[in-house]
Amino acid sequence: MEFLSALLNGFSSGGTYAIIAIGYTMVYGIAKMLNFAHGDIIMVGGYAMFVALVFNQPLVALAFAILACMLLGITVERLAYKPLRGASSLAVLITAIGVSSLLQSLAQIIFGAAPKMPTQFMINGAITLGTFRINYSTLVTLAVTVVIMTALTVFVKYTKTGRAMVAVSEDRGAAQLMGINTNRIIAITFAIGSALAAVAAYLMLMKAPTLSSTLGAMPGIKAFTAAVIGGIGSIPGAMLGGVLLGVIESLALSVPQLAPFTDAIEFAVLIVILLVKPAGLLGKARREKV
Amino acid sequence: MNRIVSFFKKPFLRNYANYMVIVLVALVFAVLSLTGSLKMGTQFLLEQIAIAALLAVSLSMVVGFLGELSLGHAGFMCAGAYLGGKLAAAMTASSGDQSSIVTLLVACLAGGCIAAALGFVIGLPALRLRGDYLAIVTLAFGEIVRNVVMNLPMDWFGGTLGLETPRFDRKYLFVLALVMVLLCLAVTQNLIRSKHGRAIISIKDNEIAARAMGIDITKYKLFVFTVSAFFAGVAGVLYSYTVSRVQSATFDYNYSIEILVMVVLGGMGSINGSLIAAALITFINTKLQTVLTGNLAVLQNVFYALILITIVIYKNAPGLKGFREKYNLKNLMAKLSKKPSEEEVPHE
Repeated sequence: MEFLSALLNGFSSGGTYAIIAIGYTMVYGIAKMLNFAHGDIIMVGGYAMFVALVFNQPLVALAFAILACMLLGITVERLAYKPLRGASSLAVLITAIGVSSLLQSLAQIIFGAAPKMPTQFMINGAITLGTFRINYSTLVTLAVTVVIMTALTVFVKYTKTGRAMVAVSEDRGAAQLMGINTNRIIAITFAIGSALAAVAAYLMLMKAPTLSSTLGAMPGIKAFTAAVIGGIGSIPGAMLGGVLLGVIESLALSVPQLAPFTDAIEFAVLIVILLVKPAGLLGKARREKV
Repeated sequence: MNRIVSFFKKPFLRNYANYMVIVLVALVFAVLSLTGSLKMGTQFLLEQIAIAALLAVSLSMVVGFLGELSLGHAGFMCAGAYLGGKLAAAMTASSGDQSSIVTLLVACLAGGCIAAALGFVIGLPALRLRGDYLAIVTLAFGEIVRNVVMNLPMDWFGGTLGLETPRFDRKYLFVLALVMVLLCLAVTQNLIRSKHGRAIISIKDNEIAARAMGIDITKYKLFVFTVSAFFAGVAGVLYSYTVSRVQSATFDYNYSIEILVMVVLGGMGSINGSLIAAALITFINTKLQTVLTGNLAVLQNVFYALILITIVIYKNAPGLKGFREKYNLKNLMAKLSKKPSEEEVPHE
């Protein structure tokens, strides 16, 4: 029973990772860059929700945060990443790192270093069946994850914009020749990724209401790991990687001797998987042509 | 003006100017320190600069010359700091001499070797992975080292409290640290200027072409990762001497990124650039820390981030290429030095 609830918790936290990882993977697939600042968009989403709590409606706050994050994502892309399109990937990565540290320190200046405790987002209570116990927040996370994944899959497969995204990720030059406005597609990608980051912030604050400027740092890195495990650039891969990482994390946490080493185990899994499959589980290996 | 410029262009000076500057700095401050007129703050600053220089130069070997992105340099430093620091503490406990140079050197060697062994291990995935994938693996590696060291039993490395390390005489520590920088510089510079160095640079430029020319990529990649990690480990041991307790939280990926920033701002593939950037950034950081206190301390990071973004965009944006070529420092210098003595340069 304990194993089963650990597994369910794993699916739930894995869902959150997957939602964040999709943001990483979509941006990587389409703009070919590691958006290191993605984790900090989560944090901005958290603070946006905190500010919007003046309306006293958690869902209104979520909507506000989604809008704020989308705007932020598009702005960051326009100001910091767009000038570097075509530059070396290291330059783009360093800029993203700069944006990440900028967002973190700005948040710390505006809201102070002490963490905020917005308890309004919390969902308490649990279903208990004998010794089996599952929190409502876990169920909500699972439901939200499934809805988002389905919606995203449908969007990418069946809408014109979604298919344009696939085209841009496969070959930007050819897509441009087919009349796709690549700048618009890249902006939309950043907007979707950032909106998902805001949702992830909501899911995180639902479980633990501690909001600080480093809220997104560790989950961001973990989700990044998940995206790479699944094969960066592949949306199903991000889902698989996120859930896998969440389950591993939850199982490791449920064993007392292993619990302190959870982070190390997760990262070790990444290294082992990359050694066996250098492009990740569902990633396509690219042959280098001379 | 022209004379001064050509004087500094002599190969001897060009190749060894950095050694001379470091030796000069070490001598001047050593004399000041012996006469007792050097403040504790300056000693600490010099130690920190030396450590940052070691880290930046060793990372620049991997990033600037081999062309692989590493985000786990702090992990090697962490391994060096903990194992070297532990060894130093054990040796100090048995001999009772806090400021034994032998202890320091043995600790540096041991810490460096442990880090080098880890560097070899992390070089193995580097053979199969490229670019962004390698970056995430090195980042993961750094976090693994930190996490494992922190959670081992208390009596091994002090757990979350941190590892207690011996105190070295502050008057000499920075001199020893600068000597280590010289050593690192000598190894790096001679390596890069040798046949092997050219092989390493050719791997950065085009791996396939390098392989076609008969360069053993496996050997060189592992070699560079190992040497680079060795000096990061030495930097870690020196770091363990400058603080009373080594805390694993210090070595998170942000620290690796800080080192990477030094290498990038100093100019990829420029050892002297890394040295200057390391000294400058450490100096500015330390000074700002004394000026900006409390909530203002974060302002430092804001400036840092803004400067970083601006410089990287300015130096790399394809749209600014024309602007860069028109107004770069070299052209301006050439214009300045040309004006008074145009007839002296007939070959142009």
